[in-house]
Amino acid sequence: MAKLLETKNLVTNFYTYEGSVKALDNVSISIDHGETFGLVGESGCGKSVTVRSVMRIIQSPGVIEGGEVLYCDDAEHPEQCEDLLIKSEEAMRELRGDRISMIFQEPNAALNPVLTIGEQVAESYMFHRQRSMSRQILADVESGKISFGIFSPLLKWAYRRASENPRAPALRLMSKLPLLKLWGRPMRREAVNRSVGIIERLGISNAAELVTRYPHNLSGGMKQRIVIAIALACNPTLLIADEATSNLDVTIQAQILELLQDLKERRAISSVLLITHDLGVVAETCDRVGVMYAGILCEVADVKTLFNNPVHPYTRALLNSVPRFCVEGELATIEGSVPNLVHPPAGCRFHPRCKAASDICKQEKPKLVDLGNGHSVACHHIDEKIGE
Amino acid sequence: MDKILELKKLKKHYPILGGVMRRPVNSVRALDGIDLDIYRGECLGVVGESGCGKTTTGKAILRLHPPTSGDILYHPGDGGESHNIAKMSYSAMQRTGIRNKLQMVFQDPTTSLNPRMLIKHIIAEPLKEQKRWGARELETKVVELLDLVGLTGDHLMRYPHEFSGGQRQRIAVARAIAASPEFIVLDEPTSALDVSVQAQILNLLHKLRKQLNLTYLFVTHHLLVVKYISTRIAVMYLGKMIELAKTEDLFAGALHPYTHALLSGIPNPDPNLDKPRIVLEGDVPSPLDPPRGCRFHTRCPFAINVCAKEDPPLVDAADGHKVACHRRQETRKLVREKFGTADYC
Amino acid sequence: MEATLPTKKEHPRWRELKFTLYRIFRNPSAILGFSLLLFFLGVAVAAPHLAPPKFEHAPYQMPHKGYSPTPKPPSAANIFGTSSGQYDIYYGIVWGARTAFKIGLFVVGFAGIIGISLGVIAGYFGGWFDELLMRFVDIVWSIPLLVLAMTIVVAFGRGLENIMLALALVEWRWYVRVIRSEVIKLRGQEFVEAAKLMGVSDIKIIFRHILPNSIYPVLIMASMDMGSMVISASFMSFVGLGAPKGYADWGQMVALARNYIVGPPDDPLKFWYTIFFPGISIILFVLAWNLIGDALRDAFDPKLRRR
Repeated sequence: MAKLLETKNLVTNFYTYEGSVKALDNVSISIDHGETFGLVGESGCGKSVTVRSVMRIIQSPGVIEGGEVLYCDDAEHPEQCEDLLIKSEEAMRELRGDRISMIFQEPNAALNPVLTIGEQVAESYMFHRQRSMSRQILADVESGKISFGIFSPLLKWAYRRASENPRAPALRLMSKLPLLKLWGRPMRREAVNRSVGIIERLGISNAAELVTRYPHNLSGGMKQRIVIAIALACNPTLLIADEATSNLDVTIQAQILELLQDLKERRAISSVLLITHDLGVVAETCDRVGVMYAGILCEVADVKTLFNNPVHPYTRALLNSVPRFCVEGELATIEGSVPNLVHPPAGCRFHPRCKAASDICKQEKPKLVDLGNGHSVACHHIDEKIGE
Repeated sequence: MDKILELKKLKKHYPILGGVMRRPVNSVRALDGIDLDIYRGECLGVVGESGCGKTTTGKAILRLHPPTSGDILYHPGDGGESHNIAKMSYSAMQRTGIRNKLQMVFQDPTTSLNPRMLIKHIIAEPLKEQKRWGARELETKVVELLDLVGLTGDHLMRYPHEFSGGQRQRIAVARAIAASPEFIVLDEPTSALDVSVQAQILNLLHKLRKQLNLTYLFVTHHLLVVKYISTRIAVMYLGKMIELAKTEDLFAGALHPYTHALLSGIPNPDPNLDKPRIVLEGDVPSPLDPPRGCRFHTRCPFAINVCAKEDPPLVDAADGHKVACHRRQETRKLVREKFGTADYC
Repeated sequence: MEATLPTKKEHPRWRELKFTLYRIFRNPSAILGFSLLLFFLGVAVAAPHLAPPKFEHAPYQMPHKGYSPTPKPPSAANIFGTSSGQYDIYYGIVWGARTAFKIGLFVVGFAGIIGISLGVIAGYFGGWFDELLMRFVDIVWSIPLLVLAMTIVVAFGRGLENIMLALALVEWRWYVRVIRSEVIKLRGQEFVEAAKLMGVSDIKIIFRHILPNSIYPVLIMASMDMGSMVISASFMSFVGLGAPKGYADWGQMVALARNYIVGPPDDPLKFWYTIFFPGISIILFVLAWNLIGDALRDAFDPKLRRR
């Protein structure tokens, strides 16, 4: 499979009163085209910081200190990669929501309460798809589907310009002038039409009526679906879901997971980066999984290998502490708590809580070692662990 | 087994005020007639989705939200006379000495601890309400309580924000047991915590229940979490209790379709098992205007005519396993036919 | 159990204070604000030494040599010059600093105490008292400050004390509203519910849990008010309702210079000193408090905590 996204030695720090928080320490993950990659870990392990660094939406006082984020949009030409960290802010804005889009945990915070659903989904098209919409409107005019009436020459000129360069100064000036600014109306209508289309593709039956409603009319599960619709509007190659189902009820979460699976099967989404703390969600939806702890990547493997033959002591402990249907008795725990990343433990960051820690763990940082089949582990005691 | 609490037809309606005169025009039926006995020393799990009334049940028992109607009988452990808490005022509860017997641990330890108080003062607060203490004596007692929840005396002079989520929840537990309670409502005590810490807190709570002979009402939305700690589980939907059974019985033989949906909806952390998922249509109806008949019939895959007309009573199906469903005899068969299996292990 | 934060052996309250101070003084405007404030405070405290009064019993009465209405420019005897009526501007500025602090502290203190106690009771207990109090506050909101001040002056005579009273009588309404909304927010907080469950009495809950968590917006408002009250009092003095002629009050000094703001046509800035010194004092005093208020707001912003 061709690579879609690869981070190389990503380092992100937060500069706070207590000192600099080393939130990410050389994190390297890679996601292939068509793959669902799960990033799991406890709160504060840096999984959200990783994707925020990838999207370059780290907020002050966070700073991306180093590394590369290679993004290879075209599966046919895997050598054409671009480093997202050196792109201009302008180019990143075009990329976000178009090629890579993101869903957040709280649908209430992601939707604007004073805009209708239709307007919010259409926003995505109005920002990223002006060219193609203008072309379509021109085609519709040619085929007689819509007509501009007496304004035809002006509007045709405007849309011809817009299909070449939607940010042309003449068009921007027009959008500021009274009456003339109405030139964009047919485009808005087209954007809302497309929104109805994308909402229908998510399996919501009354989409045409839904787009006229406001977020407060919808239930939590429906809101999260709309957020997904916004994210999928421009056919992104990568969808990042940051704890997208964590705040939903069990039965609603089941609906959303089912929807994501269904979209995946229908090829409406190609690659997904799923960030969650819920190992159950990972087991059910992901192809490959990365486990993070205190800003480092401990283990990467495909889902079956990770759950059946985990190697890193942290992964093992984490899997043991999850409540399961078929296991009785006391839950296993990981003693202690997550270290403060202002002063992370020297050597392996997990060693203070690790039962198998030896002297080398306290002194040297373990490197991520490839065990074959895409299974890599960062631990000094790999050989002993595999045997167990 | 002796009872510690008896809830009889407990109702809690939140009025919705409207008009200029602020008259109640409608009400949210958060709790619509609950009958429940809680036995001494047990841990009763209350499970349901948001808005089903599980937290309201807990808060109504503690009188944080005074119930609209119904009775709550409390039988003290020292053999004293029983009280109907539902009709008592706060000061009356204080006077009869039962206020501190009923405590609560909240969901989010960041908001349940006063950010401007030192740990020492937070834990000393309930102690000072019970009797006068000397300074040295009080500190020893506080350290003792901290030891009990797995913290040490070094943590005394700190503020809550200097602790991790799990440690904060330990502090909240220490504060609750400082009041020397008999009954504690645990309102989603682990849902704000990480998996590994969740296991720590669950084990701690289990240990404390045995050690101090406590009775728990464990409110949660996650069935797997209560499986480890509860002796009995009650499932709630839209202000009603729909199933009540021993933990093993519920997991081995759930009788309500909604319980099956909850059980199968939990993402299973085991990629080898290919368990069926019952995906319910739609959302929980509004508690302002709950459906007639069985409240679940609008989403139930097995609803028949009678479900829309009659509200099924909570009846004993077998050996203390109570369920409110018209088709309780055939549920398991129906689930197996439609979704392949009715077992989740 | 591992410590979440490595902490040195020092008292936690001192550690918190240090952190708060760090957050306040991280802001350059706070440094400017507090230096200005310290300067004015120094002037006010050292007033008897900086400008010894002529009569011990009436230090606020500005000394004047002669009655000539034409101001005199700065000279060796009167380093800031003299105002209309030959009042010494330097003396007025120095003692005016004391007046400014008096006005601010009295008005803010009075309004704060009334506002906080009523607001806390209304917000915490709610019910009919809350309803009644808030409707009364609505009525107070409809009273124009100027009309109230004029009424009081007509009834009790002209004087700075009466103006301060008028200001205090209308200013408390702000504090009631702010603290009440804070208290209502806190009332439903889980730590307050937990305290109720333990049987802690309402009065202890208010002093232990409610006040320490709701006082910060009031502190910010009070520091801003310290400045704006001085402006209001100056305005009253300027329109002739406040301090009597010759009283060491910056507003009154601007009023004295009213006819000399613009000099003769050939030299419009001839009497600049009459208006400049009292004017700049008022501006800097208000600026100091506003900068401090801004810095406090940034420091106490809960969203920015622990960064």
